[in-house]
Amino acid sequence: MLDFTMLIEPDNLKLYADGLLTTLKLLLVSLACGLAVSVPLAVLRVARSPLLYGPVWLYTYVIRGTPMLLQLYLIYYGLSQFAVVRDSLAWPLLSEASFCATLALAINTCAYTTEMLAGAIRATSHGEVEAAKSVGMSRATLYRRILLPSALRRSLPAYSNEVVMMLHATSLASTVTLLDITGAADRLYSTYYMPFEPFLAAALIYLLLTWGLVRVFRKLEGRYLAYLAPRSH
Amino acid sequence: MMEVQNSQFSSETAATMPAPAGLSPAGRVVKLQVENLHKSYGSHEVLKGLSLTARAGDVISIIGSSGSGKSTFLRCINMLERPHTGRIVVAGEELELVKARDGMLKAAREVQLQKMRSRLAMVFQHFNLWAHMTVLENIIEAPVHVLGVDKDEAVARARGYLAKVGLSGVEDKYPAHMSGGQQQRVAIARALAVEPEVMLFDEPTSALDPELVGEVLKVMRTLAEEGRTMVVVTHEMGFARDVANHVMFLHQGRVEEEGCPKAILANPQSERLQQFLSKTR
Repeated sequence: MLDFTMLIEPDNLKLYADGLLTTLKLLLVSLACGLAVSVPLAVLRVARSPLLYGPVWLYTYVIRGTPMLLQLYLIYYGLSQFAVVRDSLAWPLLSEASFCATLALAINTCAYTTEMLAGAIRATSHGEVEAAKSVGMSRATLYRRILLPSALRRSLPAYSNEVVMMLHATSLASTVTLLDITGAADRLYSTYYMPFEPFLAAALIYLLLTWGLVRVFRKLEGRYLAYLAPRSH
Repeated sequence: MMEVQNSQFSSETAATMPAPAGLSPAGRVVKLQVENLHKSYGSHEVLKGLSLTARAGDVISIIGSSGSGKSTFLRCINMLERPHTGRIVVAGEELELVKARDGMLKAAREVQLQKMRSRLAMVFQHFNLWAHMTVLENIIEAPVHVLGVDKDEAVARARGYLAKVGLSGVEDKYPAHMSGGQQQRVAIARALAVEPEVMLFDEPTSALDPELVGEVLKVMRTLAEEGRTMVVVTHEMGFARDVANHVMFLHQGRVEEEGCPKAILANPQSERLQQFLSKTR
């Protein structure tokens, strides 16, 4: 029957601990890069000129329209096929699995976050935009002070879903040799020929992480979306 | 009563505005001049050459049935809607307008338009407060981030404006947590905060529950008594009669009748205004 004793062996515990660190690093670095780039892209996405929104539309359409696993394979395995890439300055990075996985995750979350933010910008009340114009705000100030702060706040609930989906998507990194939480479980499976126990343990760790992330976002929503909450008195 | 007010304004302006240029025969500075505004939607002409002159201390009411063009006219003054022809002069400075490809006018210099808009604060029918900001943040936003006023000073002034509209103590509330009447008074405080030459009101009480209309009108009456220059699109005939010193009745994009409110509202000459007044009474 089930035997969990191997999980508490120090070497295996360390394998999971290192896996947890790898997962968190993948998640946090890709989220930070994705979010930072998505803000300017969202502004371009809602622009009137096709020259501005066209490229961004194409990017989000392609990335959201294809599986992330394929994108990861194309970056990690695909690019090495070309001598130009192998001879380029970026090769030390592109030959490294952790860089490729972070890049694929960042490109992915950036595409989803861009569309989410663009939607929130478009949904801003027209009256608030007119009020900003009526006091003499420039377009840049309008975005910096009204549209983006408002859109970012309203995106929080959807973004918390995105973060949880991204946490789960980091498990794909195990397919390109990385020992994240899933990779650690996979290693134990091949060592002991026991699949159920190590994968169940990995699932539990993801569940705990998800619970923590959701709690953090509840707190953030309580603080930044207070203006949408029902009256407290 | 009106006479007394006018003489107060002229003595004030004479003391603070020594430049004779722009002084009217009545001795009051022209704050806002709009000339021959035309606007169409497709082939439908909604404004057929409207003009308006507001001198310091004037309270001009624009009345008319819906579709008469009164809100469009007001919104053209600060270019929230773009007219096809016309001139707009604020406190002696003419807004430079050029024809855009779509046939409507646009500001030749965006920076000048922004400056002019900050001198013409607007109060909207649906308040249009920035929902993610507290009351205080709403009021200091334009002074700090458009006019470059020091934040501490802007906060101190904001508290003064809040007191003026009778809302001290609500600084940290969010707009959605207040009644419509309170929100509109915050919007008035926000408009006051840019210290505008002229205040534009676009049906400020039309979205309010009847019992909340009074508190907003009371604030507007106070502003009028302080000698602020106001252009008010309204359905409140009481306000037009008692507070305004000039009323314009619009019908199908034209001024059908205008003049001293007491005279023309009590004794309308045109048939249209007679009909309009009989419906609103």
